[in-house]
Amino acid sequence: MKRGLTWFNVTALVAGFTFLYIPLVLLVLFSFNEVRSVTDFTGFSLRWYERLFDNDQLLRAALVTVQLGLASAALATVLGVMAALALVRGGRFRGRTAFAGMVYAPMVMPEVILGLAFLLFFVATSLERGFVTLLLAHVTFTMCFVAVTVQSRLLAFDRSLEEAAQDLGCPPWKSFFLITLPIIAPAVAAGFLLALTLSLDDLVISSFASGPGYTTLPMRIYSSVRLGVTPEINALCTVLIGLVTVGVIVASLVQKRSIDLARRHARP
Amino acid sequence: MASPDTAGGAGHDTAGGAGQSPPPQRPALGAVRRAFAPWNDAEARPLIRFEAVTKTFGTTRAVDAVSLDIHEREFFALLGPSGCGKTTLMRMLAGFEQPTSGRIVLDGVDLADTPPHRRPVNMRFQSYALFPHMDVARNVAFGLEMDGVAKPEIARRVEETLKLVQLAGFGERRPDQLSGGQRQRVALARALIKRPRVLLLDEPLGALDKKLREETQFELMDLQVQLGMTFLVVTHDQEEAMTMSDRIAVMDAGRIVQVATPSEMYERPGSRYVAEFLGDVTVFDCTVEALSEGRAVLRAGPPLDASFVVIPDEPIDVGQAVTLAVRPEKMRILHADEAAPAGMNTLSGTVWDIGYQGDWTTYLVDIGTARRVRVARANVARIVERPIGWDDPVTIAFAPEAGVALTR
Repeated sequence: MKRGLTWFNVTALVAGFTFLYIPLVLLVLFSFNEVRSVTDFTGFSLRWYERLFDNDQLLRAALVTVQLGLASAALATVLGVMAALALVRGGRFRGRTAFAGMVYAPMVMPEVILGLAFLLFFVATSLERGFVTLLLAHVTFTMCFVAVTVQSRLLAFDRSLEEAAQDLGCPPWKSFFLITLPIIAPAVAAGFLLALTLSLDDLVISSFASGPGYTTLPMRIYSSVRLGVTPEINALCTVLIGLVTVGVIVASLVQKRSIDLARRHARP
Repeated sequence: MASPDTAGGAGHDTAGGAGQSPPPQRPALGAVRRAFAPWNDAEARPLIRFEAVTKTFGTTRAVDAVSLDIHEREFFALLGPSGCGKTTLMRMLAGFEQPTSGRIVLDGVDLADTPPHRRPVNMRFQSYALFPHMDVARNVAFGLEMDGVAKPEIARRVEETLKLVQLAGFGERRPDQLSGGQRQRVALARALIKRPRVLLLDEPLGALDKKLREETQFELMDLQVQLGMTFLVVTHDQEEAMTMSDRIAVMDAGRIVQVATPSEMYERPGSRYVAEFLGDVTVFDCTVEALSEGRAVLRAGPPLDASFVVIPDEPIDVGQAVTLAVRPEKMRILHADEAAPAGMNTLSGTVWDIGYQGDWTTYLVDIGTARRVRVARANVARIVERPIGWDDPVTIAFAPEAGVALTR
């Protein structure tokens, strides 16, 4: 088969990237606009970025989002790993199928329904809506993603490693932390990042679960867009895109480096 | 597998490296091996006792009422085809499986309530099970760390043990930077460092290539004598079991069929199963026709219609059905026009096929029965005047003491 750049490949590539990135490029472009319009670009300026960093409301929302993301991802990771362990290692315990189904249900459940359920629950238990209710809701719907990620890694895990540890005098609980956890760590980290990402950009469930004092960044963006799009929002989104891009690049570089190191050591 | 660079770096992976370094010191083996037979001593207290141990998984009996004694300093092999229960038996000793019934006693102590991490046995896993996130030194040190041994003591013993398995200087490598043979040694060092009462080896040579396997066999035997330890090996490879062990237990379908020394097992198999499982053999279904002065005349029915004289090992009766088993190397093959030595049992046939292996030549001889007779001849001379070829008429001859009459 012919490899390299044929006219078909090039066209497909250009069309694909255009389709994916034109909206984002426009968004970034207008964040540097001189005037308030998001349709006519008149000249370059950084005024919307200045406005952005003076906007206390937005900054507070950003802080809430990050705190919520880290806390809920951490909790979801612990619970998700435990659920994965139960599913992979628990044998055929009673109600295993039901348990598996219930762990994964939030993945396919419509968010609106899940959000409404949370709202009704919090009202019924008269739990004051705020950070705690947001945290509970986020942990619930991100945990299953951690469970899935870790479960697939655990299935491929060689049990004889744990047996070897125990054989050498290591109690079972300790062998989990000394042997199993370090080896499945990449999957756990991936699960954590997935949970973090999902929490950071969640809008629907957060809208139901949050209270007056707690507004997350996606909620803030959504509500201000309803009053009209300003280049300030564009600026905010550009900052987010920049952060995500840098994060992805750093992560892949780190991974590549570790692979290279392993290769170099393999054949000294 | 063995590339030139690994041979240069390790020097121990290939037999060729042996001549370059002085031979490692070890006690003379002959004296140790000759005198060692605690299983014949009624006074001797066995180190390990399996007492009517049964293990069922669902409805299958993986291990079926096995009773077995293993003595201190013994190199013992559990031999059998896959699924015969040998691995389950070993895992029960390590504590990874619980017997459904029966007892396992080590040093006079019932192990039932001792979890794996408190048992004084260590296992060398079939897959090696090296911890991939730790370097070689930490892998080997793991057992001592768990016991809370002091750091300098650990460092000293890790170095000593790595030297013992000829891996000195490899401490900082990671398992994925080692060859298969080196990984095997790390796994061995890790299991040896705590000086367990019993070292369990699960298919120890299974993943190695032939040359390496042979070399490792002798190294394991040396180590076992040098350290004065008890080794229990699980293997499906009869050659491996025969070469290394003091005694072998042949297992089949969860039961132990025979326990004996390798030579006893080969020359005096207790049953047709053992005779056929261990090495090559040709069997004839016979009935006992006559008995006199310690000799028996066996009659093989049609299509063979032949009589054989044998010296039975166990008492048999006239009219009893027995199996005559003869090993290929205990038969002679002659041209049909050559006279067989007097007093030998003979069969005539034609050569069906010839397998030349260098040191041995195997002849498959058609004698008119469903199964062809396998005869092996050592190629002691380089030039044979009148070689035996395909389709040649031949006479097979074997002495009365060459065959074994089996009642089971």
